[in-house]
Amino acid sequence: MAEEKKLFKVKIDNISVEVEPGTTILNAARQIGGDIVPPAMCYYSKLQGSGGKCRTCLVKVTKGSEADPRPMPKLVASCRTTVMDGMEVANITSPEVQEARKGVVEFLLLNHPLDCPICDQAGECHLQDLGYEHGADGTRYEFKRRTFDQIDIGENIKLHMTRCILCYRCVYTADQLTQRREHGVLGRGEHAEIGTYIQKALDNDFIGNVIDVCPVGALTDRTFRFKNRVWFLKPVDAHRHCDKCCGKTVLWMRGDEIFRVTARKDKYGEVEEFICDTCRFHTKDVKDWTIEGPRKIDRHSVISQGHYVGTVKPKETITDVLEGRQPRLLMDIHSVSEVNRPGIELSKIDGPAHSDDFKKDA
Amino acid sequence: MGRKLLLDKAHIENIRYYSTYRANGGYAAAEKVLKSMSPEQVVEEVKKSGLRGRGGAGFPTGMKWSFLAKPEGVPRYLVCNADESEPGTFKDRYLMEFLPHLLIEGLLISSFALGSNHTYIYIRGEYAWIPDILEQAIAEAKQNGWLGKNIQGTGFDLEIYVQRGAGAYICGEETALIESLEGKRGNPRIKPPFPAVKGLWQSPTVVNNVETLAAVVPIINIGGEEYAKYGIGKSTGTKLISACGNINKPGVYEIEMNISVEEFLYSDEYCGGIANGKRLKACIPGGSSVPILPANLLLKTAKGESRMMTYESLNDGGFASGSMMGSGGFIVLDEDQCVVRHTLSLARFYHHESCGQCSPCREGTGWMKRVLHNIENGKGKMSDIDLLWDIQRKIEGNTICPLGDAAAWPVAAAIRHFRDEFEWHVLNPEECVKRNYGLAHYADPLPLATAAV
Repeated sequence: MAEEKKLFKVKIDNISVEVEPGTTILNAARQIGGDIVPPAMCYYSKLQGSGGKCRTCLVKVTKGSEADPRPMPKLVASCRTTVMDGMEVANITSPEVQEARKGVVEFLLLNHPLDCPICDQAGECHLQDLGYEHGADGTRYEFKRRTFDQIDIGENIKLHMTRCILCYRCVYTADQLTQRREHGVLGRGEHAEIGTYIQKALDNDFIGNVIDVCPVGALTDRTFRFKNRVWFLKPVDAHRHCDKCCGKTVLWMRGDEIFRVTARKDKYGEVEEFICDTCRFHTKDVKDWTIEGPRKIDRHSVISQGHYVGTVKPKETITDVLEGRQPRLLMDIHSVSEVNRPGIELSKIDGPAHSDDFKKDA
Repeated sequence: MGRKLLLDKAHIENIRYYSTYRANGGYAAAEKVLKSMSPEQVVEEVKKSGLRGRGGAGFPTGMKWSFLAKPEGVPRYLVCNADESEPGTFKDRYLMEFLPHLLIEGLLISSFALGSNHTYIYIRGEYAWIPDILEQAIAEAKQNGWLGKNIQGTGFDLEIYVQRGAGAYICGEETALIESLEGKRGNPRIKPPFPAVKGLWQSPTVVNNVETLAAVVPIINIGGEEYAKYGIGKSTGTKLISACGNINKPGVYEIEMNISVEEFLYSDEYCGGIANGKRLKACIPGGSSVPILPANLLLKTAKGESRMMTYESLNDGGFASGSMMGSGGFIVLDEDQCVVRHTLSLARFYHHESCGQCSPCREGTGWMKRVLHNIENGKGKMSDIDLLWDIQRKIEGNTICPLGDAAAWPVAAAIRHFRDEFEWHVLNPEECVKRNYGLAHYADPLPLATAAV
């Protein structure tokens, strides 16, 4: 009984798309792709129940649906609002949304330490990208930022709570991937923190995934901390036979050395498949892996900057501008210079050159 | 003397106990419902009464009840929100302390109407002694066959459980309350789904305020249509107002919603005027979350009409010149009070009570508190006032639950109506820590806004 499903027509920033009922606005926008996709700091498509917290993905629903065309009174979190047939959404076309998003970014950065120069997440940090795209130049916050002590939670994971933006992703990860969640959110309001209450080691075969889902540098890989900047490393796709997980990973290498292993992330920074801790922390010998080829990093990431994928040789522009003529030498500076005397061979001067060497009457 | 429906028997000695309550006409409404009415009829009666939610939002209760999803084979729940934590509001406490059986009776009728066999009272953690009163009332009701299995031979089963909160303001928000009731961290849920579809244990749930549920009893007793004759327009019935601040007679008053604010504030029957012969400066008419109004806008609306104690009249003028009925926490400030200091203490409260789930509220409330702290202590700058305005604007409407709005509104209203006082604080940094701004022009009659041509 292959009954054809009715698709909902949605218009986001005046671009139409047909999606299945039950799709969220954010995922509908991702189906369109490009600039109109709202940023998301807390939503993670692979984690059930995530989203709605960071408020960066706020959009304006200008028309509720075909049946009820009233606009929604408030901005809505696109990651948690499902589409209706005939819905019209404004994201980058709404100044109200842009303004609100700017506000949210300012709030998120309020207590963030901005220690990017010493943060391992720098270069692949979603908050950096978000701040770059939507943030202001400076902060208006003139007070002390909240700080926490760094904690080693487990052998391989470092918790740097000061950087946390409380997206709850790691909580959902532990809930849904591991047998037992041993960390959670303690305290409330500004004092809310990720923690284990009584310092306890997070120890589980899949707990390392909290590092991958963390949008900022709050949870970092202790086997990689301070070893290298991510943009100096070459990411390659690799796989191995693993009896716990899919074994499909990205190796971050320099030369023959594997610096770290992560899951494969798509352009929204979400992993394709979660990997186990054995692959992530304990398999760092090239011999253990079958390398497939270079990993394509297609975000506008600094990682791609020093990378060999997609590099384009700069175009010669002068001949274009001059309509095909070659540039002509107008003047040779050496022939008119009062300082440089062509008669004196620089390499013949003994020691460092001195103005005396160039005096005309010398 | 205003007519009373809820507190008319509150003065009777021992009304707390079943025998006295029953002897004074208690459980008559429950009897009427169980013997002669169907659940639909009860809902219809509540709809006719025009009863509006007394917790703050003022949503029509009958409508809320009719939204409840009724899928087959799934239990439905009624939850009584007794997590009354709004600064300035203490009416539910009074009801539960003095008339616990009124609440139990209201819960019984409402549970019957909604088909809930397990009803919960989620009570504020700080009300440490009230659960005992309620438990005792529940035990008495059970002994007399008003709770338990097969109530009064009708085949309707009901158990009422009292659950204590742990002292978080946010757990008064209905979805946070449900989370907390389920034993989790009290973070508000993201809506939709609404509790009427997926609430407690993912089942359809109605969450109502104590006063709303208690008001169901007089509605059944006198009939929905008769109840609707109390009050003015869409503000039907009576409302409990917790009056506090600089007044002669603070306390819980039941008012019929047809008196003016002036009468409520100055008549001897209610607040009895401002204490110590001072003059009125400002008032928050509906609990800490609603906008503050200066004296001239409190007694008269911007149109020059006298402001009434009704949902509509208090809201007259919207945010620009009105306020809200809210939960009925009537906080009065006299001429010696400092609005900046007052706003700071509210901002501090919301900062302390923010759950920290969504970023605008988590970060913004603390920021507002710190900026206000600077202004109050003579360290403010002129730009801080605009900054505050900008922060509150970016919090309001962008959060998961209404706590963000509740934190933003008092600050917004204080700046809107009392900007001079904020500026005075900035310009007189040394003086502002020693003395107050005083009444200034806040009680002067307002020039009537002329109609735009």
